[in-house]
Amino acid sequence: MAVTRDDVFHIAELARLGIDDARADALTAELSSILAHMEVLSQVDTAQVPPAAGVGAGGTPLRPDATIAPLMEQTLESFAPSMRDGFFIVPRLATHEDSSESGA
Amino acid sequence: MTRDRYEMVVGLEVHVQLKTRSKAFCGCSTDFGAAPNANTCPVCLALPGALPVLNEHAVQLAARAALGLGCTVNPISVFARKNYFYPDLPKGYQISQFDQPLATGGSIAIGKDDKGDDVRIGITRLHMEEDAGKSIHDRYTGATAIDLNRAGVPLIEIVSEPDMRSAGEAGSYLRTLKQILQYLDVSDVSMEEGSLRVDANISVRPPGQSKLGVKTEVKNMNSFSAVERALEAEYERQCALIDSGGAVQQQTLLWDGARGTVRPSRTKEGSHDYRYFPEPDLRPLILNPAWIDDARKNLAELPDARKKRVGAEFGLSSGELDQLMATPALVDYYEAVARQSGDGKGAYNWVMGEVSASLRASGEDITEFRVRPADLAQLLNLVRDGTISHTAAKRVFALMLETGKPAAQVAADERLVQVGDEGAIDAWVEEVLQEHPEEAKRYLAGEKKLQGVLVGFVMKKSKGRADPKRVNQLLSARAG
Amino acid sequence: MNVADYTRLGAAAISGKVRSGEVAPSDVVRAAFERAGEIGAGPDALNIFLHADEEACVTETKEVQQHLDTAADVGILAGVPVAIKDNIASLGLPTTCASRILGGYVSPFEATAVTRLRANGAIIIAKTNMDEFAMGSSTENSAFGPTRNPHDVRCVPGGSSGGSAAAVAAGITPIALGSETGGSVRQPAAFCGVVGVKPTYGRVSRYGLVAFASSLDQIGVLGRTVDDAAIGLEVIAGFDKADSTSSDADVPIYRVSALGKPAPEARHPDTEAMRIGRSPVPLPPPPDSTTLKGLVIGKPKEYFPESLDPSIRAHCERALDRFRSMGAVIRDVSLPRSPLAIPVYYVLAPAEASSNLARFDGVRYGLRVDPGKGLKSMYEATRSQGFGPEVTRRILLGTYVLSAGYYDAYYKKAQAVRTLIADDFRAVFASGVHAIFTPTTPTPAFPIGAISDPYEMYLNDIFTVTANLAGVPAISVPIGRVRRLPVGGQIIAAHFDEYTMFRVAYALEASLGAEAHQ
Repeated sequence: MAVTRDDVFHIAELARLGIDDARADALTAELSSILAHMEVLSQVDTAQVPPAAGVGAGGTPLRPDATIAPLMEQTLESFAPSMRDGFFIVPRLATHEDSSESGA
Repeated sequence: MTRDRYEMVVGLEVHVQLKTRSKAFCGCSTDFGAAPNANTCPVCLALPGALPVLNEHAVQLAARAALGLGCTVNPISVFARKNYFYPDLPKGYQISQFDQPLATGGSIAIGKDDKGDDVRIGITRLHMEEDAGKSIHDRYTGATAIDLNRAGVPLIEIVSEPDMRSAGEAGSYLRTLKQILQYLDVSDVSMEEGSLRVDANISVRPPGQSKLGVKTEVKNMNSFSAVERALEAEYERQCALIDSGGAVQQQTLLWDGARGTVRPSRTKEGSHDYRYFPEPDLRPLILNPAWIDDARKNLAELPDARKKRVGAEFGLSSGELDQLMATPALVDYYEAVARQSGDGKGAYNWVMGEVSASLRASGEDITEFRVRPADLAQLLNLVRDGTISHTAAKRVFALMLETGKPAAQVAADERLVQVGDEGAIDAWVEEVLQEHPEEAKRYLAGEKKLQGVLVGFVMKKSKGRADPKRVNQLLSARAG
Repeated sequence: MNVADYTRLGAAAISGKVRSGEVAPSDVVRAAFERAGEIGAGPDALNIFLHADEEACVTETKEVQQHLDTAADVGILAGVPVAIKDNIASLGLPTTCASRILGGYVSPFEATAVTRLRANGAIIIAKTNMDEFAMGSSTENSAFGPTRNPHDVRCVPGGSSGGSAAAVAAGITPIALGSETGGSVRQPAAFCGVVGVKPTYGRVSRYGLVAFASSLDQIGVLGRTVDDAAIGLEVIAGFDKADSTSSDADVPIYRVSALGKPAPEARHPDTEAMRIGRSPVPLPPPPDSTTLKGLVIGKPKEYFPESLDPSIRAHCERALDRFRSMGAVIRDVSLPRSPLAIPVYYVLAPAEASSNLARFDGVRYGLRVDPGKGLKSMYEATRSQGFGPEVTRRILLGTYVLSAGYYDAYYKKAQAVRTLIADDFRAVFASGVHAIFTPTTPTPAFPIGAISDPYEMYLNDIFTVTANLAGVPAISVPIGRVRRLPVGGQIIAAHFDEYTMFRVAYALEASLGAEAHQ
């Protein structure tokens, strides 16, 4: 399956990567070429292979429900690009813009 | 009528915050009201290199909820990443469950139909996930403020089958669900505090058609009645659209409670591609079947069963039970009083009367109420054995509340212990007849209806201590 | 301590001298920095270090000195300088993953592996250069310029742990931490003529390792000798309750000082007690003709293709002959699905990476570029200016293979084939083979700038990536030189059998002696 230029813009949007036209052309070619090498996988019969669920043997370990003071050697302010009154500050979003995604 | 031409079909997705001390994947507190971003750590801030570890109690609560909703709890479930960008989603993905959820295939009864059969709503699935943080848009001009205290708080999402056929059924489903979760003690289930959130999927179709119509998703409802109103509004909108030759488009709508309308969300449709894949930082959640069985056996009594049992044990009507069952704490309190006093009816009257009134006035929670069930049961016993009168009991109750002293002591201190001594009562009767010569004359002349008034005077004079039965007897004797 | 002596000593010897009071830890650290200065670890020469602070390090040695003065347990790495790849969180020095998006970022917490090193007396002297976010096989993808191979500065050191491999090869530290996702420790170890070990998946906590592909990532160790790698791994291995994928399997003593002796004493996993209180054991005795008696070493035909560089083949055959002469049986085996490993890896690793790197959004830390046109443009400007071309390429590739309509064809299919690749290894080990021997890389180090096609670069991992996909441990050991550049041989063992892997590696190293570098 060759990747189209539209595909590149679509996935760049999903990945929030700004790319310009020239870069999009180069990436279209590069990704198509890389994906061409992966076509070999479609010829492998995996019908009998159980889906690999997670990694390693045994179930995920569980943690007791206890609160622990976070061990942080620096304050949030030491690395945050923008903070005010303890909040992280980002450029304005309209109320409910994309809010369907938030907290879902 | 629209309603005859189109059937409403509703399925609900309910997010419920689990009652844990710490977050789902880190040791940060879940307490509300902390300073912004105070309850955060490398894990819930998604600092580079931090990793999640699952909270055991969150699993217990989620499994308990699933079992209470009649679901099958799967021995193996898998966490998955739901990828999207939003500033209050620190990792750029939400840890959720996707194709292998914690539980599947339950149902709950939300009432009876015309034939008296249960109306059951199917539960498709119940899965675990984490909450996002909070974006505050109106605090600063031109900027959005992000608070991640909530990020990583454990949630369950309960997805129903599209089994509801009216806004009313949706409301009943939500109230029943909320009650079950309350009785299982898995969540505070408060829409106001955000520990319960509802999204609705709604479509319409001609009656008798089995194929589902195109659905829309309605969000942003902040109460059960808002859900009902939003469903009505969206139903009318869809019907009108079809009637005018249009077609319903799959989209996300936001309920505007102030205007009573839905409006499209600005989210571009088709821009959602969550790219789910198994969360590689966690192994599958494996639950031993014996553990699941134990959880099932140790499940708290569900509301329906409890209503039946309490009704049978204490002889209450269905209406009375519904009042008592409003919260598990209230019926817990009632049961304790009823059992210790042996007086189901009396306990009901007190709990729904004086106790509820006091709680309403003070805004307290019944679990913190000063008069404990044993104290109230003692008061009921004092009334029943005639030690104090019913009138005096109310004063004793008020003083118990004020002083925290037990009923018997309050009654003794305030000299409210009922006087049964005939001589004393007769003296009060005599005084009353003297002080109210007009009423006395008419009563003694055979105007029987005045007896109540005179008993009242005697009770007042005795400060409630006179045994009203004796007062009545003595007055009747004088009237001949 | 004089620099020439320092560069010849292994970790066990340095720690021994520190414990005996022969040298002060501060002298060791001074020697390490002197060596770094004389060989040119800075950006204008080999470009090995991204962040280092000599004076802070010397101050840090005071704690070790205090332990020595009070005769407290100083740990088996007492005073040993260690370099850390820049994608492993450390206190004090920045953790940037060689990316502009994390320029200047100092982690407020430390990786478990680093904490364990410190708890055992090690001194962290520097953060090393790498391919940005560990994506690459040459360290050319660093936002801060390529690292040069100490054996030939025109060549790459390999990658992505190129800085750590070069630090060890240049004699700056006896031990360095790297990280592996598809061969990023073993390949640079081979290119730089040092030892590089990737443990079993889950053996070492990933807490604090900035994730590239979580189901494949493992912290690994680069060492001057097998013993250095063994000590380093022994210190950092073990269960960590902060990493849900870390294993609670017992950690044996890896320093196969007990060569030929029966099962080693096990150290029980204990998250709280990170300290290893054992004294270092002297290097094993020289191998004799019975050292590997009873072992079956598999030679998988898929790793010795017709096209293999004849000089590399010759070095491998020499190593296999040594195994035979030490009593091992060499058996031809097959890992038939191994040729599918590169396609599988370049579906799965970018998929996970696309998700793991979503957190670099300019909201909470790191670079923020805000053109002033709202949130989305801030995201896009930050990420497109913060990530280099290879990282961008892999994020897009990963986003693509996970996106609606392609998930089954790529991601799901690759997961299934991954299972088949792991099954091949299980089958070979179940058939009585104790270890597998292969070349580490198909070629020696190549000149900087020589490979421009991404997929051609990916093929560097062709012999190493299968161990990551299968989760088994593997080590690269120098086996000679080709055109004056080092090449490595790879020993792969079954899950959690690092003991056998080290046993074979020790024997090979001892039997080759100086020939390993000829």
